[in-house]
Amino acid sequence: MRGLAALLLAGAAAAQPLAPYTVQGDAIAAPLAGLAGDAARGRAIVANRQLGLCLLCHGAPIPEERFQGDLAPNLAGVGTRWSAGQLRLRLVEPQRLVPGTIMPAYHRTEGLRQVGAAWRGKPLLDAQQIEDVVAYLSSLKE
Amino acid sequence: MRAWLALALVCASAGAQPARSGLDFMGPATQAMQRDDSQNPAMLWLHEGQALWNKPEGREQRSCMSCHGDASQSMRGVATRYPAFDTASQGPLNLAQRIGQCRVQHQQATPWSPESEPLLSLETYVAQQSRGLPIAPAADPRLAPFTARGQAAYVRRIGQLDMSCAQCHDGAWDRKLAGNPITQGQATGYPIYRLEWQGMGSLQRRLRNCMTGVRAQAPPFGAAELVELELYLAQRARGLPLETPAVRP
Ligand code: HEC
Ligand code: HEC
Ligand code: HEC
Repeated sequence: MRGLAALLLAGAAAAQPLAPYTVQGDAIAAPLAGLAGDAARGRAIVANRQLGLCLLCHGAPIPEERFQGDLAPNLAGVGTRWSAGQLRLRLVEPQRLVPGTIMPAYHRTEGLRQVGAAWRGKPLLDAQQIEDVVAYLSSLKE
Repeated sequence: MRAWLALALVCASAGAQPARSGLDFMGPATQAMQRDDSQNPAMLWLHEGQALWNKPEGREQRSCMSCHGDASQSMRGVATRYPAFDTASQGPLNLAQRIGQCRVQHQQATPWSPESEPLLSLETYVAQQSRGLPIAPAADPRLAPFTARGQAAYVRRIGQLDMSCAQCHDGAWDRKLAGNPITQGQATGYPIYRLEWQGMGSLQRRLRNCMTGVRAQAPPFGAAELVELELYLAQRARGLPLETPAVRP
């Protein structure tokens, strides 16, 4: 219940245009818009149920957030399993890797249907937020 | 890892697994509240619905009772086969719309707006007459194109989060969304009392919540898209006992 309510109250994603990117293999090697990420900010985004929404589906080593989802792999150790470039593609365009995955594309506005007025034309996370989350995930080593 | 979800999405089409009411997934306190009429907060609405059933209204001062008599006889089983085909509009009507039509056409009284308290009360009262009976949507071929549209909507990804009903309720039920169980999304007990609402709500209110939850634009109450989804949900829930009035957190 809390989950959907969180989605419902969800706050504003940034209205910036999308950053262009190039996919090589299973990764986006270059940081979006050439920005540097900040792991502490990234952690806050992942923990935030109105912004990252990650904890609706994933568990993560964020013990102060009690209600975590279990319908996706736990993010603990994800920085050991994947490089920054691989993590970037998994956030930006997860459906390229797992067609039909329930995980949303976090930096996309095209090809969506029936988007609510408040969200139309806006990606879930802007380029800086993507880089912050990539920095945080990269720090999750096991 | 990716295997399980992909697999779940492939083989979890409706009907491939035994249907389970949302009641099964609730905690013991919520279950007890639903099962014990003396604890069920929806009883307030049920009693109000009963009073409205007997109340003369409109130009001719007729009550539902005047035409239909004792609801425990005339309305028994009716809710199990709604939405049903309406010849006048050549399309499906859900139970609330059917009641609204009687109010306007037969009682000649002013219409009630969707989700209004009297309408929810009367719908609860009518549906409760079928409590315990299996959900049994009519095999009416005229409904088939509408049901098919509902099914298409059920698997269509929508909203900024780009998710479909099927991804949560066929592919991920029995898992947890932020710590809360996801059920099969079986519409067995509507109208329901929801603790979060502190009141009663229709199935359409629930569906609009799910849509807004994935940041989609929800159609307005009464919209054809919502009735079509209701039709498909009734097919999915075929055979499950009707539970109105259910209680959900
Ligand atoms: C609605 C559910 C959902 C949301 C929300 C979600 N994910 Fe995912 N995510 C998944 C699923 C499911 C997978 C596994 C891919 C698959 O098999 O479909 C996944 C995979 C991943 C992976 C790859 C993990 C691995 O070990 O292979 C990463 C990294 C990831 N997600 C990060 C995130 C982050 C960070 C957020 C929030 C900014 C997020 N996810 C939001 C469902 C979700
Ligand atoms: C003047 C007579 C009259 C009154 C008053 C009346 N109805 Fe009806 N009702 C009918 C008739 C006739 C039908 C079936 C034919 C039709 O109109 O489609 C019907 C059908 C129904 C049905 C559908 C039954 C089925 O088997 O599908 C429901 C539910 C219903 N009425 C509820 C109500 C309620 C609740 C009220 C009071 C708000 C009410 N009716 C008032 C005459 C009436
Ligand atoms: C992000 C996941 C998600 C999506 C997508 C979603 N729902 Fe739900 N739905 C939920 C949750 C969580 C609940 C409340 C707990 C439960 O019953 O699963 C719920 C509840 C329901 C219920 C009430 C079940 C009961 O026992 O009363 C129905 C019916 C339903 N959803 C249908 C739908 C339909 C139809 C769609 C598509 C328009 C949809 N859902 C989309 C997560 C979702």
